[in-house]
Amino acid sequence: MIPGFGLTFGITISMLSVIVLIPLCSLIIYSAKLSPAEFWGIISGKRVLHAYFVSMSTACIASLINAGIGLIMAWVLVRYEFPGKKIMDGMIELPFALPTAVAGIALTHLTTKEGWIGAFFDRFGIQIAYTKAGIVFALVFVGIPFVVRSVQPVLEKLDGSYEEAMEILGGTPAYTFVKVILPEILPALIGGFTMAFARCLGEYGSVVFIAGNKPMDTEIAPLMIMSKLQEFDYEAATAIALLMLLTAFVILLLNSAFQYRAARMVK
Amino acid sequence: MDNTSQIKKENRLVKWLLIGVCAVFLAVMLVLPLIYIIYTSLAAGFQKFFSEITDPYTIKAMKLTIIATVWALAVNTIFGLCAAWCLTRFEFKGKKVISALIDLPLTISPVIAGLVFLLTYGRQSILYPLLDRLGVSIIFAVPGVVLATIFVTFPYIAREVIPVLNSLGTDEEEAAALMGMKGFTIFRKITFPHIRFAFLFGIVLCSARAMGEFGAVSVLSGHLKGLTNTLPLHVEMLYQGYDFTGAFAVSSLLILMAIVILILRNIFEKKDV
Repeated sequence: MIPGFGLTFGITISMLSVIVLIPLCSLIIYSAKLSPAEFWGIISGKRVLHAYFVSMSTACIASLINAGIGLIMAWVLVRYEFPGKKIMDGMIELPFALPTAVAGIALTHLTTKEGWIGAFFDRFGIQIAYTKAGIVFALVFVGIPFVVRSVQPVLEKLDGSYEEAMEILGGTPAYTFVKVILPEILPALIGGFTMAFARCLGEYGSVVFIAGNKPMDTEIAPLMIMSKLQEFDYEAATAIALLMLLTAFVILLLNSAFQYRAARMVK
Repeated sequence: MDNTSQIKKENRLVKWLLIGVCAVFLAVMLVLPLIYIIYTSLAAGFQKFFSEITDPYTIKAMKLTIIATVWALAVNTIFGLCAAWCLTRFEFKGKKVISALIDLPLTISPVIAGLVFLLTYGRQSILYPLLDRLGVSIIFAVPGVVLATIFVTFPYIAREVIPVLNSLGTDEEEAAALMGMKGFTIFRKITFPHIRFAFLFGIVLCSARAMGEFGAVSVLSGHLKGLTNTLPLHVEMLYQGYDFTGAFAVSSLLILMAIVILILRNIFEKKDV
């Protein structure tokens, strides 16, 4: 028998309780103080509902963009050889390494009317900073690594023999991709999409600067929590937070149910 | 021209088209922001840049960031290694629940993480009278900042080490235990050499997140200049005060750190087993 169960189990459980469990319980205890009617009143407020809508829709659009670009990027990094490939591969994690606040102010300045990117789009009458497009822009930045890093390993392991068979039988590359490769990497793609979506839903640092935070327009749900806290309205903040947590859990649960089914179908 | 060579030509076209799309995307989304910050912070002259980053408040913020990061690393190391050992070397009930709970901080919005600690230790908490009597202040003080940082980085090392230990199997350790080796010696002499790089990788990820955390820390710090401001919060404060040069100068410090982290990350990645 390997020794050390008692000690490591004890340390694991006690640290987990102090850092994660007890604080999370306090959220539930605190929200239990609210009556269902009060809870409903807070989360169905017009401004709160709109913030939810903005959060969900921008996170969804950004994650869809990321799914597309991420798939292409994973494909390029696995299948092609070209100069600078190593650097490209090493750069993907930059959004993890760069503090979100720094990313936020840089993206904001780049996309205002005077900014390097914003000036270009301004010619077509498109504004990015301080609009929903700006939020999507920041969220795309935040979500890039998730899809790439979940599709890449699956593509690497993919057996080339089916593709070869398709080529010999005269299938076009596009047809081969849709019929042979896509079904294999779909679970990883959806997994990456879900992780990116969950992250985008809760993202705060990179979005607050670029969003402009106009009520009923570009206010996101995490910012609603923040502004309720600044007004010391802890009840409202808790209610909004609880609903956001539930949404995140449902999304992750749906994803793991899907992954489980996909894994069984492969067997 | 026969059919296959035409397909090959098309393939080459598709290849460079896709590479081009990725290169442009990465250049605009990732490289441009970095260049912009460094360019803007140096545009006002090197002297201004230097005076911004040696500003007493910047140095105080840097100190707090380092303190929070060291705490997060210490807690993470102890927890990560213990949890990895416990979850991969033994069978017991509730294992799945524990590993799900470890991952929980990753899925929680940083703002909610901050809120949760505010509710646990803040004025309306049942713990508050006790803390007050002991003279300990957590919220809007340094311990709050440290706690928030620990929370958001909590799973990082455990998540890197657990898969490596799982794929390693327990044969070597069982043999060592049979021959009478003590637990800690087994870990040091047999297990640790296998997980060295995964562990270092976890440390790199953990420090990156700890130094850059914004949302959770922002809720708990109270933004007291020179007292509870970390570097990212200091950047925000400068930015909101329209001191863009200052904000970008301090940001370029954080960018430097991010680049170092990326390089270390690529060194330590996937070297084990």
